[in-house]
Amino acid sequence: MDILGLSETILRLVIGTIAVALFGIIFGLLYKGVDRKISAHMQGRIGPPIRQPFRDVRKLFTKENVVPENAIPWIFNLVPLLGLIATISILIYLPIGGFPPIMSWGGDLILILYLLMFPSLAMVIGGFSSGSPYAIVGAQREMATMIAYEFPLAIIIISLAWKLTQVGSVNVFALSTIIGTPIWNSVTGPLGFIGFAILLLALIIVTPAELSKIPFDAPEAETEIAGGLLVEYSGRNLAMFYLTDGVKTVVMASIIVVLFFPYNLSSLPMLGLEGGSYVAYIIDILFYLLKIFLVILFSVTLIRVAIARLKIDQIVYTYWVPLTLLSLVGLIFIMWDGWIMNLLGLV
Amino acid sequence: MKQTATTKTSYHIPVGPIHPALKEPVFFEFEIEGERIVDVDVKLGHVHRGIEWASRKRNPIQILYLAERICGICSFCHPAAFTLAVETAADIQAPERAEYLRVIQGEIERITSHVLWAGVAAHEIGFDTVLFLTWQMREKLMDLTEYLCGNRVTKGIMTIGGIRRDITEDMIPKITDTLNYLKDNFEKLRKIFLDDKTIRMRSQGVGILTKENALKLCAVGPTTRASGVKKDVRVDTSYFAYGDLDIDFITPDVLTNEVNGDVYDRIIQRLLEVKQSIGLIEQCLDTMPSGDIVVEPKIPKLLNQLKKVNGEGVGRHEAPRGEVIHYVKFDGENESPYTWKVRAPTYNNILPWIPMLKGEQIADIPIIAASTDPCMSCTNRVAIADGSKKYEMQKEELHRLSIEKTRRLMK
Repeated sequence: MDILGLSETILRLVIGTIAVALFGIIFGLLYKGVDRKISAHMQGRIGPPIRQPFRDVRKLFTKENVVPENAIPWIFNLVPLLGLIATISILIYLPIGGFPPIMSWGGDLILILYLLMFPSLAMVIGGFSSGSPYAIVGAQREMATMIAYEFPLAIIIISLAWKLTQVGSVNVFALSTIIGTPIWNSVTGPLGFIGFAILLLALIIVTPAELSKIPFDAPEAETEIAGGLLVEYSGRNLAMFYLTDGVKTVVMASIIVVLFFPYNLSSLPMLGLEGGSYVAYIIDILFYLLKIFLVILFSVTLIRVAIARLKIDQIVYTYWVPLTLLSLVGLIFIMWDGWIMNLLGLV
Repeated sequence: MKQTATTKTSYHIPVGPIHPALKEPVFFEFEIEGERIVDVDVKLGHVHRGIEWASRKRNPIQILYLAERICGICSFCHPAAFTLAVETAADIQAPERAEYLRVIQGEIERITSHVLWAGVAAHEIGFDTVLFLTWQMREKLMDLTEYLCGNRVTKGIMTIGGIRRDITEDMIPKITDTLNYLKDNFEKLRKIFLDDKTIRMRSQGVGILTKENALKLCAVGPTTRASGVKKDVRVDTSYFAYGDLDIDFITPDVLTNEVNGDVYDRIIQRLLEVKQSIGLIEQCLDTMPSGDIVVEPKIPKLLNQLKKVNGEGVGRHEAPRGEVIHYVKFDGENESPYTWKVRAPTYNNILPWIPMLKGEQIADIPIIAASTDPCMSCTNRVAIADGSKKYEMQKEELHRLSIEKTRRLMK
């Protein structure tokens, strides 16, 4: 690569990263506001205005940043930043609307899974370093929750990848492969369709735990341990965790969109749009935002207004037994899909 | 120093005096092993306001309004128990209609309190949707209270020898409307609390209070009835118009045929009591006789009569949380009573917390603490201070002091 090409690539990367970070933060907060408004209406309240999260963040950034006496200051102050950076860096690997991922090389689904764990780990480290008994209980619970939901999540990802190897893809964990061959296209019969639907359901149930939302918000449970992990955080650091939460919501929704609904409107022949035109990009990004909204509505808002918070042993049981079995059933259905069709001589 | 072996140790978690799970200040010190509670210590006395002391400078009518401010939710129970005590001491008999009106007010307060509690309990287990639903129902009751008493919280309805406001014929439609609204929504509430899977997961088998412990620790109100103890002042003694009404003990086995004494049973218990209270109000409206609502409407005359009283009286009333007892003694010389002693139901329901909490998880603390519906500002009657240093008393010393005080009062 010559010097000019290299500098252009670097410039593209830098600008793209900043754009993606702004996108994640702004829409993360916007969706948070929408989520709060919708859940308020579901509960018979008026709710805060949709821009309330932006005001909250602005207010938090002006507040004093208190470091408790028996905390370890450098860890305590570092982890909120690390969590935010890790979450934003996931967005670099994800396609947004009609735009391809900014880093289309070097990253795959496994890397994203690791990066997803990072904000949770940051919160655990922050909780342990803050020296409050509530935060320590919260950190222990967060670790238990992570161990619990990673198992069904891994099954879901492996099932999808296995299906892609069946249809002849080479680099099955790469995002370009996953977007290029939408999973619903590889379905040959009703069993496969049911199998993927089950996996989608399982992934939607994993999402609230990944985002620490009711019913899986035991690590933060404000009526039990007064905010748990975040109890000692204030000011700028708390705002950072707040932003992380918003961006992570967008990231989780994007992952579901990428895995299960990677379709774009602009490629529909009846619209008659040229690929790469401005109108096509705008339509794609709006459609993508709508998809994200629907995923958040079903996996966060609806679940969190409909049920009570679970205890930590109940959370671990929920993920290890019913949900793991559910995703295994989904995997089996996908495996049998082609086999039964062959048996019946339909294909 | 290098540590070669690790030992499993328990650690301490303070809950309170200020904590999101607690609506009023009380201090728990938990000894925790992992997520399990090994031991618990309860400390009280953070909201002592010297209300009994303030009564020394007030006459009985003024004390009614002071008693109302002991607790915001029980703003009928405390004046009611005080009135009963004064009426016993002065040998005053309220008119029959007033007794029925008092029952109606008392039962409206019970429904309001239980519905409020249901919302708080749902909030403690992170089910905020139910909190807003129940508080919507409560809002209707608050409107009814305002319609009947003129106030939403401190009702100012009770008076010695009767009641201050009548329920006229044209007010009855509003009451029946509210009761019908409650009955329609009661089914919804019953479904949510008794059939919802997550609420059952959080409340069944949690915070068990056995019948033996309930009897031994003298628990009162819904807390003890949920453990299967048949204790209810409204049935045990006959006061107000309860003797004429069709009322029986309610325990959770009415619905489930078994008594476990867990949080779930306490939820059932309170829901059943709401239903019972609706029935009682309807009975009162149907059978209420006509007549005066107060024996002596002229307050100076009443006060003059009370000033001459030399004697004591005990008033017992079944508050939403259990039995509330007021003791009053007049010396026949002063306008203000010689002594006034309040025992709120939460006082009895503090010790049952300990067997309920032991062996449970940290996550169960809020719902167990809330399940007895504690009211700290009702309970805190004593604070011991030596200069600025607060100190605790042991059982023997406390016992000696209470004997001394009783002797002093008996003079």
